[in-house]
Amino acid sequence: MRDLLRPYKIELRLAVVLALICIALAVAAPQFATLPNLTSLLNNSAVNLIWAVGLLVVLIAGGIDISFAVASSVVQYIAAKLLISVGGGNWLLGFLFCGSLGILLGLLNAWLIHGFRIISIVVTIATFNAFFGLLMFFSGGRNIYDLPDWWTARIFIFEYENAQGIWSELTLSVAVMIGCVIATWALIQRSNIGRQLYAFGDNPEGARRAGVNIAVMQGVAFGWMGLMAGIAGLCQVNIVKEVVPNALYGRELEVLAAVVLGGARLGGGKGTILGCILGVMFVAITQNGLNLLGVSPFAFQMIIGAAILIAISTSNIDLSLRPRRKEARS
Amino acid sequence: MTPAPAEQFALRLHKVSKAFGGVQALNQVDFEVRAGEVHCLAGENGCGKSTLIKVVTGVHQPEQAGLIELFGEAVDRITPVQARQRGVSVIWQDLALFPHMSVAENIAFDDLVGLRPQSVRYREMVERSGEVLSRLGVTMDLAAPLNDLPIAQRQVVAIARALMNDARLIFMDEPTASLTQSETDRLLDIVRKLSAAGVAIVFVSHRLAEVLDIAERVTVVRDGNLVGVYPTEGMTQARLGELMTGHLIEHEVVARDLPDADVVFEAKGLSRQGEFADVSFDIRAGEVLGLTGLIGAGRTELAHVMMGLRPADTGEMRLEGASYRPGSIRDAIKRGLAYVSEDRLSLGLLQKQSIADNTVISILQKLTTATGLISDRDKAATVNHWIRELGVKIGSPEDAISTLSGGNQQKVVLAKWLATEPRLLILDSPTVGVDVGARAGIFRIVRTLAEEGLAILLISDEVTEVMYHSDRILHMADGRIRQTYDPRDITVPQLEERIYA
Amino acid sequence: MTALLSRMSRIKTGPHGENLGLLAMLGLLVLLFSLASPRFLTGANLGSMGFQMPLLGLLTLAMLAPILSGGLNLAIVFTANICGLTLAWTIMQFGGAEAGIGAFILGCALALLVGALAGAAMGAVVAYVGAHPILVSLAMMIFLRGLGEFLTRGGDISGFPDYMRVLGHGSLIGIPVPLILFGLIALGWHVLLRRTPHGFSVYMTGSNMRAAEYAGLNAKRTLVLIYMLSGVLCAIAGILMAARFNSVRVGHGEAMLLITVLACFLGGIDPFGGHGRVAPVIIALVILQVLSSGLNLIGANQHLATAVWGLFLIAVMVLRSGRLRRLIDVFSGKDK
Repeated sequence: MRDLLRPYKIELRLAVVLALICIALAVAAPQFATLPNLTSLLNNSAVNLIWAVGLLVVLIAGGIDISFAVASSVVQYIAAKLLISVGGGNWLLGFLFCGSLGILLGLLNAWLIHGFRIISIVVTIATFNAFFGLLMFFSGGRNIYDLPDWWTARIFIFEYENAQGIWSELTLSVAVMIGCVIATWALIQRSNIGRQLYAFGDNPEGARRAGVNIAVMQGVAFGWMGLMAGIAGLCQVNIVKEVVPNALYGRELEVLAAVVLGGARLGGGKGTILGCILGVMFVAITQNGLNLLGVSPFAFQMIIGAAILIAISTSNIDLSLRPRRKEARS
Repeated sequence: MTPAPAEQFALRLHKVSKAFGGVQALNQVDFEVRAGEVHCLAGENGCGKSTLIKVVTGVHQPEQAGLIELFGEAVDRITPVQARQRGVSVIWQDLALFPHMSVAENIAFDDLVGLRPQSVRYREMVERSGEVLSRLGVTMDLAAPLNDLPIAQRQVVAIARALMNDARLIFMDEPTASLTQSETDRLLDIVRKLSAAGVAIVFVSHRLAEVLDIAERVTVVRDGNLVGVYPTEGMTQARLGELMTGHLIEHEVVARDLPDADVVFEAKGLSRQGEFADVSFDIRAGEVLGLTGLIGAGRTELAHVMMGLRPADTGEMRLEGASYRPGSIRDAIKRGLAYVSEDRLSLGLLQKQSIADNTVISILQKLTTATGLISDRDKAATVNHWIRELGVKIGSPEDAISTLSGGNQQKVVLAKWLATEPRLLILDSPTVGVDVGARAGIFRIVRTLAEEGLAILLISDEVTEVMYHSDRILHMADGRIRQTYDPRDITVPQLEERIYA
Repeated sequence: MTALLSRMSRIKTGPHGENLGLLAMLGLLVLLFSLASPRFLTGANLGSMGFQMPLLGLLTLAMLAPILSGGLNLAIVFTANICGLTLAWTIMQFGGAEAGIGAFILGCALALLVGALAGAAMGAVVAYVGAHPILVSLAMMIFLRGLGEFLTRGGDISGFPDYMRVLGHGSLIGIPVPLILFGLIALGWHVLLRRTPHGFSVYMTGSNMRAAEYAGLNAKRTLVLIYMLSGVLCAIAGILMAARFNSVRVGHGEAMLLITVLACFLGGIDPFGGHGRVAPVIIALVILQVLSSGLNLIGANQHLATAVWGLFLIAVMVLRSGRLRRLIDVFSGKDK
């Protein structure tokens, strides 16, 4: 048993901490462990989780992406314009447009990274600025309100009214998020393409010598991130019912922090879906709990930042800098 | 001799060339390996051995004119996957494994390569990799991440991976570099078994004794050119070394007595839990004290304690009569110790930085003037002094250290430490990755330093190295000093026998 | 055109090559903009550039040093904000706009102290825990932003003494005071990094921390110190920000965070640490400022300038990669 859990050391520790937080909150704040609260927690985390699993794939392949949140904004804006111009469209067209636009932006990153051997942080910081600047320039920073009805309609995949008449609902975004999580899990854990992504992130030269197609790997990693960014953009519009060009600006770093907190290794080769979800939920649950405990909203970020700082200071997330024992005794 | 039919050859290269930029890594090289043969590819570092392997396995494409035949079939523009499908496997010198993936996945990884989507069958993967390991007579935790394993076991994983694809031709690039003798023996057994089963093996190693032991024929390459193909029958290490380097290398015992010299360093009953126990010895000024034993005997750990990289549990160290208890490597350096690490690539030098910066890194304080700034003039003078003194061959001191050969890099490491004017120099496996020819240069420097009165602790698992360059030899095993020898009273085979017993 | 591109791609290595290539680009841009707008090469425009650049410049220098040490400091802007807040709070304690110069000096000292502490804390976690600098500084960023929002409730503090205007808006013999401040600090930063043992240590630690330790350098202390100095520089930027805007608000200058990273990469800093110089980064900063001021003069807004900055970085990296030649061959069908 201990052996089976060994590769999940960070995930396990995070799960324990998260469980303790949940128990403490359940005791201290009676509303915490109620269905309405838990469902709204999921609804509010859906977009972050979709981004997170996309980013996880990029991190596993040894890259980093700063541009995904503004890419979502770009996709939202272009897709809204396109859908309006084709007369409104529907969910299928929405997924098609947003997905393919997202993939396109991801492939642009991949092409710059692989085609010119520029490292991913440089490329994505450049495209982050380019995407955002161009979007703000061409949109003039104006929001789009008159969206097709299907896009802004609330769709529930789960509804329940309790004795007090309080509704618990799960929105479509949660269903989409679950789909994205399962698809990403299948990609990285169950398919040979995903295992090649891990190998490439772990030891690029070793992967190359084994015949792994590096260009395709970069394309898959950033294309997948782009696809997730596109879908996240689509869902976020469904939640807020408008397209605000600068609404997602700045979200990328929080998602990055959550994913890395969940054990994904900056540098590649390591990271799991479970850790990724735990990382995002750690932040979301802390925030939710503080809210329920009546802590001033202005203090949320401070406490979350401190919590992450304490978490990393006590858990040696990356052991690579510490002197390792080179050899076992014979 | 009548030409053998084509299918009897696992591999034939005819006039194969490969250039990188302006450097001709392989120049019209012919090379052939018979089916089931153990063939050694010998040559100094950078002579083109690795390039040859990469050309055959499709990692690099050779230049147009040459011809490559695998199992009697001409191949053109082969990819790594195609090479593998034809039964060619490689155990790379750096292993090319995946540290965060499990043992099973590392062994079976090649099955996953390709762009046709397929699902991963973990159970089958575990079964197949377990099977290969049992064929090698090894049991291992298949679920463990690779970087939890000691280096020798990773080597086994790499071998298992090569065997996974029913290989008929296996390249082994320095497979024994990090193995102990008993592990090496086991590997050589495996090689013999494979060979008997009809698998051709190309064995690349700098340990000449091993090469002559295992191979039937040896092909020598020098500076990208073919020197010749020789049967190992009747070949000697000296002759092979001469063919590789182009000049003759002689060895003789140089040990001398130093009864009057002052004791520089003394250890009494030094112990550290799980690493070594009750180690006592002394080193005199001007003495080269050899310390040998198998990898894992506690040699490097002892050096680390001497350098303050980790504390001793019990025991005492004295330096020039005074009590010595370093709290950090900086303490040790301040007290006059210097340590040439066995891992030059990642610990001994900063590969990204210049030759000059690597030389002065240990003496920054000396080069800093009263203004708190580093004196560029003193820095340049120091660098030039040591480059001249040790005969380092360089272009410009501002070039990256990684542009130098292994031997010249090691000289820069020596320069870095000699600049601190040490009393005791610890050399931990100083010739790893250094050419046979360049080794002599390193040991000439060591001898001169000893004659100037420097105390030197020479750690090496190569018996010939301590035999021919030390004044006294300590034999360490299982964390204890077993015996002290005088090189004049013992022969290499006798010493080897005691160490490997 | 092809010849020009391939020539430019050849100017990619060596300290002087880097400077020359960037200077050539700068010259080209200045020429273009002065042809496009008669107002570009006027004292007014140059003066306003001189007032705008130092803030981004200081933050970029604060980003530069951690990158050289093999890390990154994503908390720079919010460290600057918190330090500005410290100064503002001190001044408010002594009567706001009526506060004397002593209060200002005390406030600056406290701000520098806060910056140093925030930086040192990050450095300590990076060095002694071995956590990844991106994660550490990101957490610090979230923490400091939260702290600032908590203290100010999202509002801003304004109403500083008049003499602070000199720092933000004054000129000395025609040169903007912020620019003088920036010039002095850049010079100090250059000397620190290139000529002192500590700077040497930063480069060595940045290229291989363990090897640096093995050579006897105190790599961990080096890391703590460099993040601390980065924090001090953030504090200076925070003080300058307060003086320029005559107010402190958490979130001021947030958009500059990733621009500073962009400027460092544009200036040829090795993203993995260990290589890079101050001079080319300063040229890169001037290029960014010229782009934004020039575009502004011909009628574009800051958003377009941001986009152009991003595209410009891509263009420069593509040129430096030296792979453009191949690309051109592929498109013109020369590649087999």
